[in-house]
Amino acid sequence: MSEIFHSVTLDKDKCHGCTNCIKLCPTQAIRVRDGKAKIIKERCIDCGECIRVCPYHAKKAITDSLEILNDFKYNIALPAPTFYGQFAKVKDINVLLNALKKVGFDDIFEVAYAAQIITNETRKLMEMGELEKPVISSACPTVVKLICSRFPSLINHILPVISPMNLAARLAREVAKEHTGLSDAQIGVFFITPCAAKATCAHIPIGAAKTYINGTFSIKDMYLKVLPHLSSKESLDELSKADFNGVCWAVSGGEASGLATENYIAVDGIHNVIEVMEAIEDGKMNDIDFVEGVACVGGCVGGPLNVENNFVAKSRIKKLRASIDKKAVIPESVDVMWDIPVVQNTAMNLDDDIIVAMQKMEQMYKIYDELPKLDCGSCGSPSCKTLSEDIVRGFAKETDCIFKLREKIAELAQEMMNIDKH
Amino acid sequence: MADNSYKLHFDIDGEDFSVAGEASSNIKKVLSKLGVAPDVVRKVAVATYEGEINMVIHADGGTIDVEVTPECIKILLKDRGPGIASVDQAMQEGYSTASDEVRNLGFGAGMGLPNMRKYTDYMNVDSVVGVGTTIEMHVNINK
Repeated sequence: MSEIFHSVTLDKDKCHGCTNCIKLCPTQAIRVRDGKAKIIKERCIDCGECIRVCPYHAKKAITDSLEILNDFKYNIALPAPTFYGQFAKVKDINVLLNALKKVGFDDIFEVAYAAQIITNETRKLMEMGELEKPVISSACPTVVKLICSRFPSLINHILPVISPMNLAARLAREVAKEHTGLSDAQIGVFFITPCAAKATCAHIPIGAAKTYINGTFSIKDMYLKVLPHLSSKESLDELSKADFNGVCWAVSGGEASGLATENYIAVDGIHNVIEVMEAIEDGKMNDIDFVEGVACVGGCVGGPLNVENNFVAKSRIKKLRASIDKKAVIPESVDVMWDIPVVQNTAMNLDDDIIVAMQKMEQMYKIYDELPKLDCGSCGSPSCKTLSEDIVRGFAKETDCIFKLREKIAELAQEMMNIDKH
Repeated sequence: MADNSYKLHFDIDGEDFSVAGEASSNIKKVLSKLGVAPDVVRKVAVATYEGEINMVIHADGGTIDVEVTPECIKILLKDRGPGIASVDQAMQEGYSTASDEVRNLGFGAGMGLPNMRKYTDYMNVDSVVGVGTTIEMHVNINK
């Protein structure tokens, strides 16, 4: 696998080369070149905004096909908490988990349960008081990547714990090895994902040297496969271990509400998250304990790979609270800390040498001054400013701007007329 | 580009509180693109943001000039506001002359100037009552 893997990819045949995706991308990671969108993979943070906005469904998330299950002797599904909000009539989570198992898995391990372990460890870490405040949640991989590229000064505020899905995979493997006597290579662990960002992180985790996950299936791909099993009359296995404190991670504020503080901010939607990060950087939020930022509107229920409308899914998740009567049994101490550091992504920098970077910046603004500042996107860059940056970087030329091109043509026409007069 | 430096200039509108902070946000973006280390960007961000807000609250706007060299970031804040009667007092944490209205917005805690000093390597305040205030701040880029 290449160093930069992204779940978000482009289906060239479907792309019309319009400007919808380039305009919305929060890291200016897409350009239209030669009539097709092109993702700059060094800049992409897998937020999925382009998947949502593309009218031609040309942006998609790469997940696996179910055939991959044949590669393993024993398969475990890890459903994201969001999965629970997708089905209309399910009142009992155990019914849902049994239906999922019948699709072709040998066991189920809830990510919601791992999330509760993370909550427990986070509470302890916050009590120790050694974390930089406000502590920023590391649960949404897109937000972590956003910080690494646009707000690197906030990297030391990120909660240094691994993702619930990678923890779930590690714990599920331990259980499976003990029960079956099989080796790691014979056990397949698959995450049922609501978004592209987590599909990427299942392969290349954040803050962890190793992934315990073999592949991902999107919630929308699993949906129709699970439906027929929901009405099964067979007896149910006891698969549900999490309580509502884990399940509610599916919605914005769910993680923060489990901590021992009311002094938190829960922000959802990537553009809102950017505003809050700006404020933290300016020192405006030093009195806040915890900031939970999630890239999708509503939280993970707003992920681009879900089936159900995020508001409906949120309402269903909330209703599950009444039907969960147990309390999860959480182990007292589990190692959840990062084992590799999270580092700055310098793909947005103009140059490694500050003097060269300053020269480029000056050129950039000189070019920008001459551009029409309409941000029309016809050149294939999202704004006039980005076009001027692309020109300085050598990826575009001034006449990519149709207004500049028109000026040039008019000049040429005038010159030809002048020749004629001689 | 003259003498290995890059200059930025901003006019701060004193009328509109909702856009206060835009200049410091732009400065932050430029510094990041230039590859200035994140902790240095953060210091400049806090110091210029405080300065910008002060200008809007107390002085009806002003100007911000930033000069970036490979060694140092120099910030010059200028306003024609009422001036600071006692700079020494204003440098004390918690000292504030902000109105209740401004305090209700969460500002005016008397941390403006002390914070600016805390986050910069050099700071000089020049203020004349009735004429205005000029603040020069330096943040070193330690390689």
